[in-house]
Amino acid sequence: LAQLAVQLHRDPMLKKRDDFEDMLEERRNSSDLRYALRCYTPVLYKGLAPCKASMLKSMVLQSDQLHHVIGQVSRETGRAADDVQEEASAILEEMAHCLQLSTVRFFAFTLSKVFKTLFRSICVNEEGIQRLQQAIQEHPVVLLPSHRSYMDFLLMSYILYTYDIALPVIAAGMDFMGMKFVGEMLRMSGAFFIRRSFGGDKLYWSVFSEYVKTMLKNGFAPVEFFLEGTRSRTSKSLTPKLGLLNIVMDPYLKGEVYDINVVPVSISYERILEEALYAREMLGVPKPKESTSGLFKARKVLSEDYGSIHVYFGQPVSVRSLAQGRVNRCQFNLVPRHIPRRPSEEIQSFVNDSAYRLVRAQEENMVLKPWVLLASLLLQNHHQDQTAGQKRGMVLEELTAQAVWLRDMFREYGAFLHWPGMNTVLKVVSSSLSLHRGLVRVCGQVKPGEPHSTVTPEEELLSQAVIVLSCASYRNQGLHVFLRPALLASAINAASSNLKQEVFNSFSFLRNMFSNEFILCPGATVQDFEEACYLLVKTGALQVTQQELLVTERGQRTVAFLTSMLDPFLQGYQVVCRFLCEEATENLTEKQFVPAVRKFIIKHLLAGRLRYTEVLSSDLQKNSLAALLRLGAVQKIKSRSESFNTALLRLGAVQKIKA
Amino acid sequence: MDMSVECVASASALQHQQSVSGVVVAKGNIVGVPCCALLYCKFEIMKWNGWGYSDSKFLFNKKGQAEFTGKRYRLSGMIIPGLKDWMEGTFGANLQHKTPATVSPLLTSSAVQPATLNKAFLEELKSTGIPFSHDAEDRVFRAHGHCLHEIFALREGKFGRVPDMVVWPNCHNDVVKIVELACKHNVCVIPYGGGTSVSSALECPPEETRSIVSLDTSQMNRILWIDEKNLTAHVEAGIVGQDLERLLNESGYCTGHEPDSMEFSSLGGWVATRASGMKKNIYGNIEDLVIHIRMVTPRGVIEKSCQGPRMSTGPDIHHFIMGSEGTLGVVTEVTMKIRPMPEYQKYGSVVFPNFEQGVACLREVAKQRCAPASIRLMDNEQFKFGHALKPQVSSIFTSFLDGLKTFYITKFKGFDPNRLCVATLLFEGDREKVLQHEKQVYDIAAKFGGLAAGEDNGQRGYMLTFVIAYLRDLGMDYYVIGESFETSVPWDRVLDICRNVKARIIQECKDKGVQFPPLSTCRVTQTYDTGACVYFYFAFNYRGLSDPVHVYEQVEHAAREEILANGGSLSHHHGVGKLRKEWMRDTVSNVGVGMLKSVKDYVDPDNIFGNRNLL
Repeated sequence: LAQLAVQLHRDPMLKKRDDFEDMLEERRNSSDLRYALRCYTPVLYKGLAPCKASMLKSMVLQSDQLHHVIGQVSRETGRAADDVQEEASAILEEMAHCLQLSTVRFFAFTLSKVFKTLFRSICVNEEGIQRLQQAIQEHPVVLLPSHRSYMDFLLMSYILYTYDIALPVIAAGMDFMGMKFVGEMLRMSGAFFIRRSFGGDKLYWSVFSEYVKTMLKNGFAPVEFFLEGTRSRTSKSLTPKLGLLNIVMDPYLKGEVYDINVVPVSISYERILEEALYAREMLGVPKPKESTSGLFKARKVLSEDYGSIHVYFGQPVSVRSLAQGRVNRCQFNLVPRHIPRRPSEEIQSFVNDSAYRLVRAQEENMVLKPWVLLASLLLQNHHQDQTAGQKRGMVLEELTAQAVWLRDMFREYGAFLHWPGMNTVLKVVSSSLSLHRGLVRVCGQVKPGEPHSTVTPEEELLSQAVIVLSCASYRNQGLHVFLRPALLASAINAASSNLKQEVFNSFSFLRNMFSNEFILCPGATVQDFEEACYLLVKTGALQVTQQELLVTERGQRTVAFLTSMLDPFLQGYQVVCRFLCEEATENLTEKQFVPAVRKFIIKHLLAGRLRYTEVLSSDLQKNSLAALLRLGAVQKIKSRSESFNTALLRLGAVQKIKA
Repeated sequence: MDMSVECVASASALQHQQSVSGVVVAKGNIVGVPCCALLYCKFEIMKWNGWGYSDSKFLFNKKGQAEFTGKRYRLSGMIIPGLKDWMEGTFGANLQHKTPATVSPLLTSSAVQPATLNKAFLEELKSTGIPFSHDAEDRVFRAHGHCLHEIFALREGKFGRVPDMVVWPNCHNDVVKIVELACKHNVCVIPYGGGTSVSSALECPPEETRSIVSLDTSQMNRILWIDEKNLTAHVEAGIVGQDLERLLNESGYCTGHEPDSMEFSSLGGWVATRASGMKKNIYGNIEDLVIHIRMVTPRGVIEKSCQGPRMSTGPDIHHFIMGSEGTLGVVTEVTMKIRPMPEYQKYGSVVFPNFEQGVACLREVAKQRCAPASIRLMDNEQFKFGHALKPQVSSIFTSFLDGLKTFYITKFKGFDPNRLCVATLLFEGDREKVLQHEKQVYDIAAKFGGLAAGEDNGQRGYMLTFVIAYLRDLGMDYYVIGESFETSVPWDRVLDICRNVKARIIQECKDKGVQFPPLSTCRVTQTYDTGACVYFYFAFNYRGLSDPVHVYEQVEHAAREEILANGGSLSHHHGVGKLRKEWMRDTVSNVGVGMLKSVKDYVDPDNIFGNRNLL
């Protein structure tokens, strides 16, 4: 029976998901003003009264933990305790939110207007909202939305306001503070600001962690932050950052609350507002610094159609049940709990595993639009053209036919696909294409692309790369569905034989190498391998015997598709290795790495020696460097003569990655 | 209202009409006769499958009102009008759904496993003239303590492994003889005192193949001497708490050691489990009270050579004995501190707006080291429970006063009836000092929002301690099972542990399929400089469950895990027994277990004292 349960759990077709409601519909039919001014009475944690921001601050400043750290800092630096206390108070002042209902109402009004212009619909799973409401009453709640756009946290608060749920306090990066007016507005709508890095600053850490914990423990408001730390420019989930997760789990581990509910939220955009911005950023055009005037310039986006948004509130995850049998909470028995300590290895690995689980939960509930399929197909086609040296594009009928095939495959692999059922496939495809007309065009007839005479080949390459990277980011939305089978398919391709052990070894190598690139839980190689085998066997693409793994006749197409999904990444890692072998000098600094490797890649792309324009992505390059560092193929050396943050990269034996 | 001195004379809240120890009368006639008739006495007076005296129990009378029978307690003979509603409201229990004990109270020996007797041992024992019995009733009576699973099984007429015979030594020398014979013939000995264990300590290990002898110390119940110069008394270890106090009171003294079980538990049992008394703030716990211990072990008798009040002579050997739970030998005689009886005693109570404030107040009291003889803080659920146990008021005036009080606290002072909680207090000493002390404590309480709530509430709180165990039997008649367990915990953890353990109990019950919300409540019963003792009560309606005891045990197990994860101790005073021994290693470390093992190996290499407690 237990085995059956496991099977059921693993079978992607059996995943149960809630239905969506479009919350903009009501906005279109009733007064925004009345909506913004309506009575707002959210349910709170066990009937607690909301707490004034000032009271919260004084609770933090009076906490045992902060007192302890202030004493420690004052002893270490010889400064007067009052002085340190003042600094702590200033840090808190800079950090703390001051949620005001009036600001929230202002946002509710303006955002209604903005959202109605920008988006066709904002779909929310109402059952998820109900679960959240329940969770908030039971235990303190942490909201973990995915992060693809600046829009995310305004959107979250907007939704929660609409459904009469306690407004969250949101951890935001300090860079917003640069925008004077907007920064304060965000603060008044519940954002609190943290510095991007404060590595050794004990006092800062202490104020920050105590602030978050106080809010959480007392259940004054759900705490919201982005597990990925920053917006993903590639639409792939980013390796989770553990700092804040550590902080919010701490009260449970120390027994200060009975449990904490963590709610992963998946926000999927049909068209991302920052689409082109991201691509340019990854190609080396630095991102514009957030400034208020920049925001107003962004007004032109208002005239465009950004399709729909799907927001899925996942099943609340109890930290208690996550920690069950994993963490021995007795480890806190012998030292006063207010004395900050480095988390034990046991806890670090627990938090790390939990973070991966939560990011995967986000991924699983990401709604995929038809465009994700089309982008995948168009990119693969583009790459084929590239090799053939042509610029043909794809015939619409062919695209449609392939889209149907891919749609069924997505479904088989358990993707959360949102495919409008009542329309014909052609209609769905056309409407998707027209929404993304900035990226693709449907032409009357096939004509060879005319080279623009005015631009240099390099400029042309880069402008094309912007389009390719944008498309790739949409393809990436669906990557997590196929990641494990695709790794297996590539492993089968790369392995010297069909022997299970060989394939596993090659799978394990690829998985290890790509673990900075994709969400692959550490230590779950065997599990992932089994999952991949299970999925491929179930869909009839693979036969597993005692000894061997054999791709079936009808599986060829699937396997080819899967391999070609990973190919650009493989090539990216290869070219980085090649660069390091051929061009890297003894004193290549970390700062110089991306520009240098970019130059190298552009040279090769122009010479036609590389197939994928995508490898120009700085994200890919940084990830591969990180992987090589982790694998010990490259070493980072702190230089003495140079300035402090300059690091030397020394090339070790770069492992050749098999083609 | 002042407490009269007569009331002090009987042990605090108890009002005993007669002495219990029928056996005292019987001794002398039975030497050498393997007879049990006279030793029945104990369970003619006491229930064999429930708590306490046979004549005292809760029942619902024909009118459906709860009533407490007998004449022994303050509550005896009274109608308790609120109990029915409370039981129905709290547990979803119904008077129509009864679960009476399935076997008639008259035991049939056929249901009990036949005794495995060691012939040679028996022969030699006969020649010593020490009374013994292998009668089924005698054996079953000594085969259990008062854990829920033990009582539940008895009510269903299920008896597992029971002792094969019972011996009644009359003095220290008798015990020496018995232990010698047991060693000679390889017989397993399990000491038995008052039988109030709640740690499965008295359960016979089912894997034990040797003949098991239950060594009942009840005949060793004399005060051998009182030394008024040094204020000590030398007492045989089989004496039961209330008898010890009564006899000392006759000479104007007391020990002040009053565990909740003092009506039935014995001095030897206190020593063997490291017992704690309600009034430890004045008199100390058992380890503070004991001056000298005599224990018979398979290696011989262990005792100290003098009665110096403190010694620096290596690790204190008393600490091997205290808490040894019958694994090393039998405690036969103890010299204890005694004190002149207090001149004056006064109860009191304080209402707090919430439990947090109450705990903060207790902490402050402990900090100022001004705790009264006893101070206990009940949470809201327990406050309501105590309220439900209020006997019918006799006059309209009292009920009017009650109404007025309620109005004052909830409406005028704005206390939420679903959050407020009560502390009960007991002051003792000379009149002047008691009144002064009382003021000091009430002043502290006021700083934490506490309102004095009268002596009556306080006194009723302490009375509940003694009748609560009877209430479990009533619950068991109506599908409700429950138990209490305790821990000790540092001050900064008190609130967290109370919240988390109560929540864990509720969650586990839900997860295990309990159909009705359980009662999950706690109280802080002792304060120390650095922490407190916390008692949890937990009970649920088991209708619809096929194996309620198993569910119960799982929940209790989970609750204990939660206690340990929240920095609580394995036990404050109940002991480890067999119920909690799985956690001993984590509690005292590997080396700690090794040390205890090596003591056991030296003192009792053949595991004669084979109850398998503790390790």
